[in-house]
Amino acid sequence: MVACASNASNDELIKQLDKIIDPYRGNPGGLIQVLTKAQNLVGYLPKWVQIQIAEGLGVSLQEVYGVITFYTFFSLIPRGRHKISVCAGTACYVKGTKMVTTTIKDLLDLKPGQTTPDSRFTLEIVRCIGACGLAPAMIIDGKDVHGRLEPELIPAVLEQYA
Amino acid sequence: MKSLDELAKIKESRRAALKIREGVPSATEKAHVMMCGGAGCISSKCLDVVDAMKEALNKNGIADQVQIILTGCMGPCDMGPVAIVYPDATFYRRLKPKDAEAIVEEHIMQGNQIPRLMYRTPGAKEPTPRVNDIDLFAKQKKIVLRNNFYIDPTSIEDYIANDGYAALGKALTKMQPEDIIEEIKKSGLRGRGGAGFSTGMKWGFTAAASGAPKYVVCNGDEGDPGAFMDRSVLEGDPHSVIEGMAICGRAIGAEQGYVYVRAEYPLAIERLDYALQKARKNGLLGKNLFGSGFNFDIEIRIGAGAFVCGEETALLTSIEGKRGEPRPRPPFPANAGVWGKPTVLNNVETWANIPEIILKGADAYAAIGTEKSKGTKVFALAGRINNTGIIEVPMGTTLREIVFEIGGGIPRKKAFKAVQTGGPSGGCIPAEHLDTPVDYDSLGALGAIMGSGGMIVLDEDTCMVDIAKFFLDFIVDESCGKCSPCRIGTKRMHEILDNISNGKGKEGDIELLEELATTIKATALCGLGQTAPNPVLSTIRYFRNEYEEHIRDKKCSCNVCELKE
Ligand SMILES: Cc1cc2nc3c(=O)[nH]c(=O)nc-3n(C[C@H](O)[C@H](O)[C@H](O)COP(=O)(O)O)c2cc1C
Ligand code: SF4
Ligand code: FES
Ligand code: FES
Repeated sequence: MVACASNASNDELIKQLDKIIDPYRGNPGGLIQVLTKAQNLVGYLPKWVQIQIAEGLGVSLQEVYGVITFYTFFSLIPRGRHKISVCAGTACYVKGTKMVTTTIKDLLDLKPGQTTPDSRFTLEIVRCIGACGLAPAMIIDGKDVHGRLEPELIPAVLEQYA
Repeated sequence: MKSLDELAKIKESRRAALKIREGVPSATEKAHVMMCGGAGCISSKCLDVVDAMKEALNKNGIADQVQIILTGCMGPCDMGPVAIVYPDATFYRRLKPKDAEAIVEEHIMQGNQIPRLMYRTPGAKEPTPRVNDIDLFAKQKKIVLRNNFYIDPTSIEDYIANDGYAALGKALTKMQPEDIIEEIKKSGLRGRGGAGFSTGMKWGFTAAASGAPKYVVCNGDEGDPGAFMDRSVLEGDPHSVIEGMAICGRAIGAEQGYVYVRAEYPLAIERLDYALQKARKNGLLGKNLFGSGFNFDIEIRIGAGAFVCGEETALLTSIEGKRGEPRPRPPFPANAGVWGKPTVLNNVETWANIPEIILKGADAYAAIGTEKSKGTKVFALAGRINNTGIIEVPMGTTLREIVFEIGGGIPRKKAFKAVQTGGPSGGCIPAEHLDTPVDYDSLGALGAIMGSGGMIVLDEDTCMVDIAKFFLDFIVDESCGKCSPCRIGTKRMHEILDNISNGKGKEGDIELLEELATTIKATALCGLGQTAPNPVLSTIRYFRNEYEEHIRDKKCSCNVCELKE
């Protein structure tokens, strides 16, 4: 999901971004939708993306930046090929979120918000991914849910993502 | 959809095709397998089971005689992957890919159900094959989740087969807007998003407000960080929300709705989007619905990960594409909501109740529940409890029934300590209050709240100081920073809790926490700040001794906190 378009040339990305903007052109109300789709396309929200969106929707660059920094879903910096989202919801917390984050830190030397130097993983903390019954849980690339985690099981899970 | 007749025809024909799910064997089909596709079961690899089952069906040449349907969460997540096989309504649990072949070859082809895959009540000799005979389900009452064993969430015909859109048809052809509002008022339905305000009254205020156009909004932000009821509804039965919102549109005179769903719920967004398309295609959204002249449509708005956006004024600002910062009320959304226009905002679960109330009548609905809390409530049971997952019970069910009967009690023979309800705005209820009937008022009286439905069970190994700290940690992260009581006050409370849990607590800290809590509650701008101290206050109220132990003896009996001498 994150890296899908990173091979395409910049021109191609600009064109695709224009397509995303089109339905909302001149309509500031579409800002969050456009940012969400733009981030799915580019992987993060660099300055050129912000400018193109600001001009397309007719809002100030400052406002675009303000919205991006308000919502945790948006990122200003590139992220890894795979996004590990460790659940720190209440159910997972009482069953061992700390264990999960410590294990990942030991394995990858990675703390929440960071990306590995080889751009393989980005680690983030999220709240409840709907797998409370299998706490503690984490979700990788926004779709693969891994539950009933234990320290010994985590290396094998991570290995599936190159 | 032009008329009730047309709807009835679709219902008839689809219902005939779904007889197998009511237990009537079919001449052309051998089975319908409802496979749970909720996040819990996905993480226990239900999709591998589906693949294996497809393979087994192909191998045996009966792929065209068996339907496999991926549903929303069926409830008992810890038993996942779970499935129901119709026509016998056999409930299977903990399925592995290799079990799929057995289900196909032994059960579906030869009619021999497979006991080893069935649920057995603890202590019982025999397993219980039929889903509706299983004690866990028999004690529940399903209104909001009425469709979750029965329909394919991607099929509008399935929804219609189970009386879907009949309530909208009734509202549009047989009721006046005032009647609809009156019916909702009479049902006693209160908002399921947390505060428990009368839904009918809210609609009434918005209908009476001056200003046009008006809007209908669904709050699917589901901020409680340990709960996923709304997500289950959106994934398992999206049309129920659409129908509820359209009925409200008619009642208040709105033609546009928005559903605000968090970006973290991609499947819910996908299912809802698909349902919206189907509804439009079938003339159940769009122009002149049921030939009544009423127009209504719905757009999805995506929440981008800010807890405060669940708060109504913040959510409405976020819909406009801006930073979701709360603003003072009044004006309330009923007078000034999206784009400053009169707006009804209700929670996902509230919406899902509406069709049933309109269709079966307010009296039938009000017959369920307690004096001041009507109907049912969906809870997400989690934490130190055997049967985790989603349940729906009549209001007034006691905590003991929920935790020990439906929930199956505490694992590993540990002692129950408390149940936390209402997430970061709520509180803990200790063992001595287990017989409390769950409704808005009795939970409020105990210093907890109903909240949106998260119920986290804590056992003797849970440190209550640590839990309080967990919630404040969350709040400090999520405070939008607009007002100082919340921004600075909660940080200060967090520091004190941090000290207490590190062994640096001092005499007077508890009193200081209480004092800060009182100030924050009284002066914070929005509900986030106003309720943020609740988890701390309620743990102090019932577990003061644990705080004192950390402070005086520098000890955590539960061995959770690492105290430095
Ligand atoms: C900080 C905060 C977060 C909230 N989060 C949610 C939420 O995630 N979902 C929800 O339905 N209501 C949430 N609410 C309550 C809403 O403000 C609002 O009362 C509710 O959506 C109204 O719908 P109802 O009357 O159907 O409950 C939240 C309130 C506050 C103060
Ligand atoms: S109470 Fe907290 S979340 Fe609400 S407006 Fe103030 S700072 Fe923001
Ligand atoms: S709290 Fe972690 S999945 Fe719900
Ligand atoms: S996800 Fe399958 S039962 Fe909850």
